[in-house]
Amino acid sequence: MEAANVIEVRGLINQFGLQRIHDNLDLDVHRGEVLGVVGGSGTGKSVLLRTIVGLNRRRAGRITVLGIDTEKASRTEAESLLRRWGVLFQDGALFSSLTVAENIAVPLQEHTDLTKEVIHEIAYLKIGLVGLPADAGAKYPSQLSGGMRKRAGLARALALDPEILFLDEPTAGLDPIGAADFDMLIRDLQQSLALTVFLVTHDLDTLVSTTDRIAVLIDKKCKVGTIHELLRDEHPWIKEYFHGPRGRAAVKE
Amino acid sequence: MAPEAGWIEGKHERDTLVFNAGGAWSMRELARLVREVRAAIPARAALGGRTRARIDLARVSILDSSGAWLVADTKRRLDALGLATEIVVGRAADRALLDRVDKALKRIGTLTPPAKPHALLAALANLGEIVIEGLKKGKELLSFFGLSLVLIVRATSMPWRIHFKAVIKHLETTGLNALPIVGLLNFLIGVVVAFIGAVQLKKFGAEIYTVDLVGVAVLRELGVLITAILIAGRSGSAFTAQIGTMKVNQEIDAMQTIGLNPIEVLVLPRILAMMIALPLLTFYADMMGIAGGALMAMLSLDISLTSFVRTLHEAVELKTFLIGFLKAPFCAFIIALVGCFEGLQVSGSAESVGARTTMSVVESVFLVIVFDAFVAISLSILEI
Repeated sequence: MEAANVIEVRGLINQFGLQRIHDNLDLDVHRGEVLGVVGGSGTGKSVLLRTIVGLNRRRAGRITVLGIDTEKASRTEAESLLRRWGVLFQDGALFSSLTVAENIAVPLQEHTDLTKEVIHEIAYLKIGLVGLPADAGAKYPSQLSGGMRKRAGLARALALDPEILFLDEPTAGLDPIGAADFDMLIRDLQQSLALTVFLVTHDLDTLVSTTDRIAVLIDKKCKVGTIHELLRDEHPWIKEYFHGPRGRAAVKE
Repeated sequence: MAPEAGWIEGKHERDTLVFNAGGAWSMRELARLVREVRAAIPARAALGGRTRARIDLARVSILDSSGAWLVADTKRRLDALGLATEIVVGRAADRALLDRVDKALKRIGTLTPPAKPHALLAALANLGEIVIEGLKKGKELLSFFGLSLVLIVRATSMPWRIHFKAVIKHLETTGLNALPIVGLLNFLIGVVVAFIGAVQLKKFGAEIYTVDLVGVAVLRELGVLITAILIAGRSGSAFTAQIGTMKVNQEIDAMQTIGLNPIEVLVLPRILAMMIALPLLTFYADMMGIAGGALMAMLSLDISLTSFVRTLHEAVELKTFLIGFLKAPFCAFIIALVGCFEGLQVSGSAESVGARTTMSVVESVFLVIVFDAFVAISLSILEI
């Protein structure tokens, strides 16, 4: 069987100019878990995500995703990896010149030889899975609200039935009700589709309600634990984060 | 280690059509699996009176949402054949996924793609839409024109309200910084006109009229027209992009809440700067065009500079220069107005900034040339 770790990051160094963002960072993501990644502004949460999916070149270190070393991967391996993960960017990053259904169809057209009719049906299935109404499929991203755009982006990320889902601040900019719905949607899809989720977030409620483990980026490295372990942690930033007024409110429930 | 590929086989039991499925029912090889599954569904005639069907997924090793879609799709097709279809699964997780997918498909409902209208009809409707859009835009542009005029008149009565610093800044970007390109281009135009004239007029032994040709063509038409088109592409588009970006960033909304009038702050300085810069550029362009013509005349026709100037003096009246020069402020007004108008029309997305910028250049060049043609025709009717 495949290894229990779907993502392994070892000794990662990221540096922009003179500023070192990650210094010898190690991180494991287990199969089937939701890993939340938190940290203060500028600690490189999004950079970490971008580095793992290959949008950002690392200075040093090794990243293995689904058993494939992303640096040494051959073209076909790299391409197969693209099929096996989906990424949801902050504001959906939908292609603005395409309708929602066409957006979802893009990865299907690119990576499969399915017929037009099947692609159409699968696109609408994904629209249904993420809880969008059917008429959203024919709309353009500019005609949707922020929350709907995120759902549409999620549908596109799920188009190829990936094993890993990367989410960059999925609840940022949503109202509390919308955010809670989105949290539930992620949890629900993660369970029914057996996904591994890498979730970058600022939202404490999301952390508490959806994640299995949490990776805190501090001092250019990361500290991983369940929320109960982190609650007992003595590091000043972690303490401040989980025991500050917002942290207390979220954790209490 | 690749998982077992997905497969399906159909079997007939007494009154039941049984499909045994196994392997990976996943996105990976869905296209092939779809074909096989569809091929396994018999035609209505081949049913032989069977009324029930069963899809047995007990040996499926991987089922993802696309595989679950295929199961649901197959069931739908079997149901449509009049078979009561049941689905047997091996694992509880698969059942949950099937239910989830079923629910999603029910939410979406049966999709009927919207009926496509007849091609000719669609083209006609499209044409109508374009015409109506054009008229609507014309109306909006006209009302913006009126609004700007009102504000310009008001500003002249209250000159302290004009944002002079902005005017100076735009004078620099639209006027001063455009000098090299405007100069070079008009110089080359002068060269080209002189060259063409020389070649044609030599046939009649009337080379000396090349000077007339250059003088009249550059001063009356080409100097102002080339400069205006160039500035429409260079600065009119910049106006649209600048104002459009501010609109996307909600800067214009912010201005309004603070009590600043965006037209007064953004549009008026640009119009004023453009109306000052373009006539100056036109004069400069005229000189460069003449210089280009003179150089060409000197090199290929052996007309010395002094005789060129003397002939030019006889050939060109002040009127010729004024007709060209006085068109400049009007062209400037058109370019700045359209540039700012399209900028303020930007809505929401960054994409619309690009679209509006393109539109702004096309429209201002179009209007400048229409205006120029209108003036030319009017003057010929008035015999000026």
